[in-house]
Amino acid sequence: MRYSALSIFKNALGGNKDWQPVWREPEPKKKYDVIIAGGGGHGLATAYYLAHEFGVRNIGVIEKSYIGNGNIGRNTTIIRSNYLLEGNTPFYELSLKLWEGLEQDFNFNAMVSQRGVVNLVHTDGQRDAARRRGNAMRMHGVDAEYLDLKTIRDMLPFFDYSNARFPIMGGLIQRRGGTVRHDAVAWGFARGADSYGVDIIQNCEMTGVRREGSKITGVETSKGFIECDKLALSAAGHSSVVAEMAGIKLPIESHVLQAFVSEGLKPFIDTVVTYGAGHFYISQSDKGGLVFGGDIDGYNSYARRGNLATVEHVMEAGVAMIPALSRVKVLRSWGGIMDMSMDGSPIIDKAPLDNLYINAGWCYGGFKATPASGWCYAHLIAKDEPHPVAKFMRLDRFRRGYLIDERGAGAQPNLH
Amino acid sequence: MASLIECPHCGARPKEEFTVRGNVERQRPAPDADPDTWFDYVYLRDNPMGRISEHWHHTAGCRRWLIVERDNTDHTVFNVTDAMEAKSKS
Ligand SMILES: Cc1cc2nc3c(=O)[nH]c(=O)nc-3n(C[C@H](O)[C@H](O)[C@H](O)COP(=O)(O)OP(=O)(O)OC[C@H]3O[C@@H](n4cnc5c(N)ncnc54)[C@H](O)[C@@H]3O)c2cc1C
Ligand SMILES: [Zn+2]
Repeated sequence: MRYSALSIFKNALGGNKDWQPVWREPEPKKKYDVIIAGGGGHGLATAYYLAHEFGVRNIGVIEKSYIGNGNIGRNTTIIRSNYLLEGNTPFYELSLKLWEGLEQDFNFNAMVSQRGVVNLVHTDGQRDAARRRGNAMRMHGVDAEYLDLKTIRDMLPFFDYSNARFPIMGGLIQRRGGTVRHDAVAWGFARGADSYGVDIIQNCEMTGVRREGSKITGVETSKGFIECDKLALSAAGHSSVVAEMAGIKLPIESHVLQAFVSEGLKPFIDTVVTYGAGHFYISQSDKGGLVFGGDIDGYNSYARRGNLATVEHVMEAGVAMIPALSRVKVLRSWGGIMDMSMDGSPIIDKAPLDNLYINAGWCYGGFKATPASGWCYAHLIAKDEPHPVAKFMRLDRFRRGYLIDERGAGAQPNLH
Repeated sequence: MASLIECPHCGARPKEEFTVRGNVERQRPAPDADPDTWFDYVYLRDNPMGRISEHWHHTAGCRRWLIVERDNTDHTVFNVTDAMEAKSKS
């Protein structure tokens, strides 16, 4: 059923009894052309674009839990394309363009809100780096603007402007950046994919692969063996675990990132802001809750729950930036497990086997990438060649020395 | 991760005092090892799930290297020993 104002009206008249489930709950078929392992944002977007753009319809998405339980439902919903490096900028800009048309495309309200993303700067060095990044973005046709202190002060009046050690000097804004309702992204892509006949199989964990030489013939799952022509991994946070089933060792460590939401407040912050002097970023949801977070906890983890020390650190940084936060009650906190890659950038590539594909290493920035990741991964799976904007995101770049290291931190994943 | 790590020298201390090096099995190759070995060491990770042994440095304490045995799925810490002492025993 297509959603529209008219469909809401008609269903209201009928007592809302005729709404259909948003996707089917099928049992797995014996065989699929493509199996996607992991029904997070990227897996579902890949299934959607494979069907919608590339004409591949016989697809099974196997998800070990329920749709939305992974990072797609745990992130802080920020979208942006404010990257410096050539390997990243065009990719994230494609993603932002796809976000701009997504709701019309998949006929689902994802609450895409281009409220702007501001990165504050506190030193001359940070200002120069921000301007350089802004210029790089503009040379790629991406919007970027440097804001002086007065403009920032008018925009964000509640911040602490009297910090002598880390004064706020200005900031870089990408006005087209913003937030999107993350659950709706999962549901929208799932519904879109399902409408083309894609099977979304929940509570179906991939537990192994069957291989004949360098060819994968199918996957072992908690619902039995399923044959496939192509296997596409998309298990953010657990990529090493699923790749290992196929005998592949990845340049990835799993780490936990926490996030927080406060009680609902009146409108307070109408953009997304990152603090340059501490590990903190914040936005306000449409319900009024402040949504914020900081850095990863720093030790390898598969537990979707973080440490109190990090909670304290994030709160301290937040109060340093916005003193009024000290009076706000935090409602909830949670954690998600992410693939931290060795250069902080992702991998969309064919594995060194005949019919295995890898989508991994999204670190803490993969939500904004969801549409482009799905699109480029679908392109790779359907055509066996990389999409032009994802051509740098290769698995062998580490061996060849072509890293995409935005932060310049080297092969130390907990620093990216 | 438990909030406290039981250092064999200093007693129970907050985990922020420690720096994590990574899995004990991951050992630095010889300087003249071949590029593949070095590539493997620098970039690839086993990234195992479950019970693991890691090198932790008690940076803000005794500054000894420790071996922390823990479960990375549920934060249990089983054992903390001095890395040097473990080596001399084996
Ligand atoms: C707290 C937090 C805040 C974040 N904030 C942002 C942000 O503001 N902006 C941004 O761009 N990014 C952000 N991210 C990162 C972003 O959420 C992730 O990079 C992105 O969601 C990963 O892709 P995904 O949606 O496919 O992951 P997931 O939703 O995690 O999908 C992977 C799926 O694979 C499944 N799976 C795993 N193993 C198996 C198996 N063996 N068999 C079957 N299925 C399996 C999992 O259950 C899971 O559903 C944040 C992450 C966290 C944790
Ligand atoms: Zn000690």
